[in-house]
Amino acid sequence: MSKRIGIEVSVAVAEAVKLCNVDVIAAYPITPQTHIVEAIADLIANGELDAEYTCVESEHSAMSACLGSAACGARTYTATAGQGLELMHEVVYVASSMRLPIVMSVANRALSAPLSVWGDHSDVMAVRDTGWIQVFCESGQDAVDMTIWAFKLAEDKRVLFPVMINLDGFHLTHVVEPIVMPSKEEVDKYLPKNSYPKPLDPRTPRTFGSFAPPAIYTEIKKSQEVAFEGTRPIIEESFKDFEKHFGRKYQAVEEYKTEGAETILLMMGSYAQTASLAVDELRAKGEKVGLVKLRLWRPFPFDELRKSFAHAKRVIILDRSISVGGPGGPVASEVRAALYDAAKRPAIVGFIGGLGGRDILPENFVELIKKGQSIAAQGQEKFEMYGVRE
Amino acid sequence: MAQKYNIKNMPREEFFASGHRGCVGCCLALAVRLAAKALGPDIIVVNATGCLEIISSAYPETAWEVPWIHTLFENTAAVASGVEAAYKVMKRKGYFPADRPVKIVAMAGDGGTADIGFQALSGALERGHEFVYICYDNEAYMNTGVQRSGATPYGASTTTSPAGKASSGQKTWKKNMPLIAVAHNIPYVATANPSYPFDLMNKVSKAKDVKGPAYIHVFAGCPTGWRSPSDTPVELGKLATQTGVFPLYEVENGKWTMKVESQLKPVKEYLTASQGRYKHLSEETINIIQDRVTREYAELKSRCGIV
Repeated sequence: MSKRIGIEVSVAVAEAVKLCNVDVIAAYPITPQTHIVEAIADLIANGELDAEYTCVESEHSAMSACLGSAACGARTYTATAGQGLELMHEVVYVASSMRLPIVMSVANRALSAPLSVWGDHSDVMAVRDTGWIQVFCESGQDAVDMTIWAFKLAEDKRVLFPVMINLDGFHLTHVVEPIVMPSKEEVDKYLPKNSYPKPLDPRTPRTFGSFAPPAIYTEIKKSQEVAFEGTRPIIEESFKDFEKHFGRKYQAVEEYKTEGAETILLMMGSYAQTASLAVDELRAKGEKVGLVKLRLWRPFPFDELRKSFAHAKRVIILDRSISVGGPGGPVASEVRAALYDAAKRPAIVGFIGGLGGRDILPENFVELIKKGQSIAAQGQEKFEMYGVRE
Repeated sequence: MAQKYNIKNMPREEFFASGHRGCVGCCLALAVRLAAKALGPDIIVVNATGCLEIISSAYPETAWEVPWIHTLFENTAAVASGVEAAYKVMKRKGYFPADRPVKIVAMAGDGGTADIGFQALSGALERGHEFVYICYDNEAYMNTGVQRSGATPYGASTTTSPAGKASSGQKTWKKNMPLIAVAHNIPYVATANPSYPFDLMNKVSKAKDVKGPAYIHVFAGCPTGWRSPSDTPVELGKLATQTGVFPLYEVENGKWTMKVESQLKPVKEYLTASQGRYKHLSEETINIIQDRVTREYAELKSRCGIV
C-alpha cells in the first residue's frame, strides 16, 4: 500500500529511484542536487537498493558512465544541477542521439558568473535542444511520480530516449512535503524490467557510435527527429497509464482556474504553487485570471498550448532564465512561436524573474499580473525583468 | 596463468578485421589487431574519438567483430567505468550469466589519454574498475593533422610545434603516462610495442586476467605523422626500444621488471632513421635528447632493481 509521509523532496526522489530498482547510478555531487545522491548512497549502504554507485570525478564522466551503462541494458540514473549540467553538456546530446534511456534529475540552479548555488532555470535552457524528453515538477509529489514515470517512458521500446526531470533547486529539493510514496508492489506492477533491445553484449557483437560521413548524417538526424516527434502520443498515453496505476493525473499542459479566464499566467516548476495563491486572490475579487503550468518542456506541447489559450486575451509568462541579447525568456519565445499561427492570438507579455533563487511571493505575482495586464493594454508585447532593485 | 603466445599458437581468429581505413604502415592498427587476438571474443571495447575510431567505424561499415562503443573524445575511461559497473550489477542480479567472462577494454590515443582524457582516466584508475586501458601512442594528434600532444617527444616537429628558424620543434618532454598510471597504485602497468608482437600479446593477455585496472602504453609508429616511408614503422619501433627511447617494462603490483638492452644503441640512430619529424635536429639537440634518455633508462633500471 502506498503511504503518505512527510519527507524531504530529495530524499523522496532517492526513494523513488530505489522503488525503480535502478542498476547503475553515476553521479558527481553538486549543490543543490547533493541530498538526492547522498540519500541514494545511504540506501545502497543499508542494503535497501542493490545497485552500482559509481562516484565519478566529474559530471562529464557521470553522463559518460551513464552512456556505457545504459548501452549494456542496465537501468541507469544520474542527477545534477547548474554548472554540472553545463560540464556534461556535450555528453547530454550523445545520450539522446544514441537512444539511451537514461533518467536524470536536474535540481535547477543558476549559472556562473557570478557563482550562485540557488535556483533558476538557466541550466536546463542550455540543454533545451539536446533531444531529451524534459518535464518540470511543481511539487514533491510530482518529483516522485515523474521519476517512476520517467523510467517506464524512457525504456519503452517505442521511445528509447533519455528523460530529464527538472525540480527547482532548494525551493523544491530541500523542502519537506507530504508525499504519497507508492509501494514496491505498485511500482513493480507498473514498471517492467528494462529490456534494452540491442545491448552491448559479447554474445551479439555490435558497433555503437560509428562516425557518420556527410552522406548519412542528415538521415540519422532526421530519424532522431521523427522518433522524437513520435513520442508525443506515447507521452500522453504514459500519463494516462500512470494515472490508471497510481490515481494521480499528469498532463503536458496543466491548467488552474482557467475557466473563462481572460488573463492567463504561465510558468514551469515550483513557483506555480505560489502563483496559484495570487490567482485565488484575484479570482476572489472577481477577476478573470487563470494559471497554466507547463509540465512538458520537450517535446514542446504546441497543440495543447494553443487549446489552453484559445479564449485568453492576454498571456503573461514568467521565465526563470535570461536569453542575453535574445527575444526575452526562452519559455516566452517558445510560446510566442506556438501561437504565431493561431487564428486568434492573445497578447503575450514576458517577465524574467526568480533568477538565482530570488523569491517571488504571492503578492508579487498579483503585482506581476497587474503589470502584465497594463503592458498588454498599451498594445505592447515586450519582456522585462521583474523585481530588479534599481 | 595468462596465455603465452608464440609463432606456433598465434590465434587465427581476427576480431579487428581487415578492411579498416588505416594508413599503409599504421602501427596502431597492427597493435590493436594483435591485442584483439590476445583478448578474444568475450570483451567490450570502448574507444575514444581518434585515429582508431575513424579508421574502424565509418557508418555503415565496421572493422569490429566484438562489441564496440564510441561516444566522445575525452570520456573513454568514464564510459568504460559505466560498462563495467553495468556488467557487475547485471551479473549480480542474474540479468547476465554470472560465469561468463566479459572484459572491458578501453582504447585511446596519446591525446585522448595524456591530455583531454587524462581526468577521466585518472578517475577510473582510482576507482579500481576492472578494465584494461590501452593507450596507442603515435606521439601527436594524427587524426586531426599531426598537432603536438602532451606525449609528443622533445624536438619533434608537428603542425603546432613546427621546426623553424627560431624553433627546434616540440619544446617540452614527453609526459610519462605509464609512470602516472603506476602512481595510481593499480595492479598492472606495462609498456608494449607491436615491433615485439608476442611480448605485446603476452602483456595484453596478462592484463586481461588482472582483477582491477590494467594500463598498457603501446608505442604506435605513424608513417603519416612522422613523415616516414610506410615500410619503416616496425623497424622504427625496434630502434625506439633498442635505443632506450621506448623501453619495455611491466609493473605488477608495484614490482618493476624490464627487458634490458645489453648494449643500448645511440639515440641518433633512431632520430635520424627516416623520420621527417626529426630531420631538422642539430647535433646539440640530439645530445640533449641522448642525455635525457640515458638518465631515464638508468632510473628505470634502478626501479627494476638492476644495478
